[in-house]
Amino acid sequence: MPGDVSRVQPLIEARGVSVNFGRRNVLDNVDIAVHAGEIVTLVGLNGAGKSTLIRVLFGIVRPDLGTVVRTPGLRIGYSPQHVHRDPILPMTVRGFLTLGAPASRDSLENVLAEVGAGAILNHPLSEVSGGELHRVLLARALLREPGLLVLDEPLAGVDVASQGELYQLIADIRDRYGCGVLLVSHDLHMVMAATDTVVCLNRHVCCTGHPRTVTRHPEFVSLFGPHVANAIAVYPHRHDHRHDERGEPVPIDDGSPKRPDTSGKRR
Amino acid sequence: MTEDFVLRALAGGIGAALAAGPVGCFIIWRRMAYFGTALAHAVLLGIALGFLLELEPFVGVFAMCFILAGCLILLERQRLVSLDALLGVLAHAVFAAGLVVISFMERLRVDLVGYLFGDILSVGAVDLWLIYATAAASIAALVWQWRNLLSVTVNRDLAAVEGVPVERVRFLLLLMLAGVIAVGMKIVGMLLVVALVIIPAAAARRVSATPEQMAVASAVIGIVAVIAGLFGSLEWDVPAGPAIVLVASVAFAASLLIPNRGRQGRED
Repeated sequence: MPGDVSRVQPLIEARGVSVNFGRRNVLDNVDIAVHAGEIVTLVGLNGAGKSTLIRVLFGIVRPDLGTVVRTPGLRIGYSPQHVHRDPILPMTVRGFLTLGAPASRDSLENVLAEVGAGAILNHPLSEVSGGELHRVLLARALLREPGLLVLDEPLAGVDVASQGELYQLIADIRDRYGCGVLLVSHDLHMVMAATDTVVCLNRHVCCTGHPRTVTRHPEFVSLFGPHVANAIAVYPHRHDHRHDERGEPVPIDDGSPKRPDTSGKRR
Repeated sequence: MTEDFVLRALAGGIGAALAAGPVGCFIIWRRMAYFGTALAHAVLLGIALGFLLELEPFVGVFAMCFILAGCLILLERQRLVSLDALLGVLAHAVFAAGLVVISFMERLRVDLVGYLFGDILSVGAVDLWLIYATAAASIAALVWQWRNLLSVTVNRDLAAVEGVPVERVRFLLLLMLAGVIAVGMKIVGMLLVVALVIIPAAAARRVSATPEQMAVASAVIGIVAVIAGLFGSLEWDVPAGPAIVLVASVAFAASLLIPNRGRQGRED
């Protein structure tokens, strides 16, 4: 899958995107693209601009500079990091799944089975476990028969054993439907093994590359089992710079600014 | 002996509760109770505005609530102060401004107490017309945009990705809230109007397993509170607005004794 995707027209692509909120620069000249059948993992710490970048891709935030190009008619299935599931809102899993569009009971049961969520159609959304919720969110995204899946922190609050299962599920879905997958994660080092491209974001793109399909270390395998070890990979960052305490990029060796300083936009 | 003014009061109260309950569900689902309270503080300034422009008080209040909502949203985006502080400042600023402006209007014989605590027994034909037009418009808008409203409540970005016009839907909810405040103030008064919006909705939670049931139940509870509160106030000669809110509050307290219906289904 990886390698030749760059020659094909991407499903969605951001070119040179910059976003400022007031005087604060949130994204600086960011490029990212997802092709059909490709899994791109966007990693970055909290506040790195990941959420803003996906909102730019969705067309919710208009970039100050740069463009977003989408394949015409592209359908996006989105699994957000959080949904409002306060018990004050009496919503069942079925009610949640049919918010986007009505669906028959059969298709709802099928999609829940496909994501391994079991018979929870009539359960209150506020009471499903964290792992179940991620599967329900994935099911809602799949109901749209998407060309591109965007999964924001699909593993938040999920234990390591289930993480492996969820990664395998996402890889299976990619293989079955051939959709592109954009996975957002705050974990800088452990990424999904099936990832084709890792994009490391810290306001600007720090580095991109392929994850090293390692984690073959016998101790790692014995600790988490072969399933997890096969599903998770270590991503070795190749940064030619580091960030100072204000988040500005500086070279790793001498500490003087590497690029024309953009800090004039910042407080 | 049921006098005409009692029947008009009853009809007006029922109409206001009909709209307030379902709109109130969205207010508590979206945690906008204090936002609603702040809007209600614009009532006096709205009445002054209506008087200056020679319009019905309803129109002035509706417009002023809506203007305040717009200011709150724009100011919140600046992130200069927290939303909590912003609501506290603006609510009392517009309330104070309303009191000052009305004191200048010597020709305006304002029944301040009536606006603060409601005057359900003075509901007239024009009021009834406005109340039922607002209720009909709110309910029609809720039915028409139900799925979109819920979608935006659960997750705004997910709704946007699925093609919901998020900003228009939020705008619609603000219009409905302003309308409900403008009719509700006649019934229970500015200081209690948000109670008419959120208490029946909160009381409806424990008897509802779906959002739709909760919207219907909140309207029913609001209507029962209006009827019981109104007759209670006539019977014991207490103010009607507070009596209505008190009945709704008792309904809410009683609802807490009911086991949560949201939990059924866990065993299947």
